[in-house]
Amino acid sequence: MDRTQLLLTLSIALFALGLTGVMIRRNALVMLMCMELMLNGVILSLVTFAERTATLSGAVLVFLVFVVAAAEIAIAIPMVLLLSRQRHTLDVGAWSELKG
Amino acid sequence: MSPADLLLYFFAAAALAGGVLMLIARHPMRVALALISSMISLAGIYAILGVHVIAVFQVLIYVGAVMVFMVYVIMLLDVRDPSFLERYGRAVLPSVALAAVLAVALGAAVSRGGMMSAQHLAALQPGSTGASFAVQPFSVEFLERYWLHFELTSVLLLAAVVAAIAVVKAGRRHDG
Repeated sequence: MDRTQLLLTLSIALFALGLTGVMIRRNALVMLMCMELMLNGVILSLVTFAERTATLSGAVLVFLVFVVAAAEIAIAIPMVLLLSRQRHTLDVGAWSELKG
Repeated sequence: MSPADLLLYFFAAAALAGGVLMLIARHPMRVALALISSMISLAGIYAILGVHVIAVFQVLIYVGAVMVFMVYVIMLLDVRDPSFLERYGRAVLPSVALAAVLAVALGAAVSRGGMMSAQHLAALQPGSTGASFAVQPFSVEFLERYWLHFELTSVLLLAAVVAAIAVVKAGRRHDG
């Protein structure tokens, strides 16, 4: 297995692990962290392709994705905290009526 | 096998182990620590690939900013929360099966290897061969060609700060 294939396989594995976590865990904060793991898997594949093709714009794109992820977390965590203050739990089952 | 390849395998295994631990661990603090170890392993992989700028950003932004924020929030929470005691929801087996099917499908595409062959990647290449990912070329390229995007990220961060404050204020009003 050459290096590119190893890294892409790792990125797929991280994405699948994060997806599993988002689907099976009950704690809203843990689900957020599993989403971060999925994002990290995708970024790994982005960096791999940028390095293989020697394109600096790929590295710039990774930097921009980092900034967007930081902004996303800065908004997502206050929302999770507010929701947990309303229902006094972080269990996503407490909001099951959002299924519609 | 060269030492760099050995290190690459080591960091890849560490990143995977961190991901698996995230699914097993019960307390969110342990999940956060597993995620941090996984992210640091990924930073090691980026450093081995020679993309030092991104390795530094991974540690600074992800571990240094995002995960520290996450750890603070976990410490603010009530440890008697029921979701801390019971880890999994109802649809565990279907979810794992779905993720496994996705992973196998993507893995089959990767192992066929058509899209990562050297010729294909060379065809993608826009002519700038041998670009080094050191700090200086990155910064020059970043601030000369992508300065507008750099400025736009500051606008985005400002909007995120305002939105976070608005969310907290709206919550206060709701509580009365």
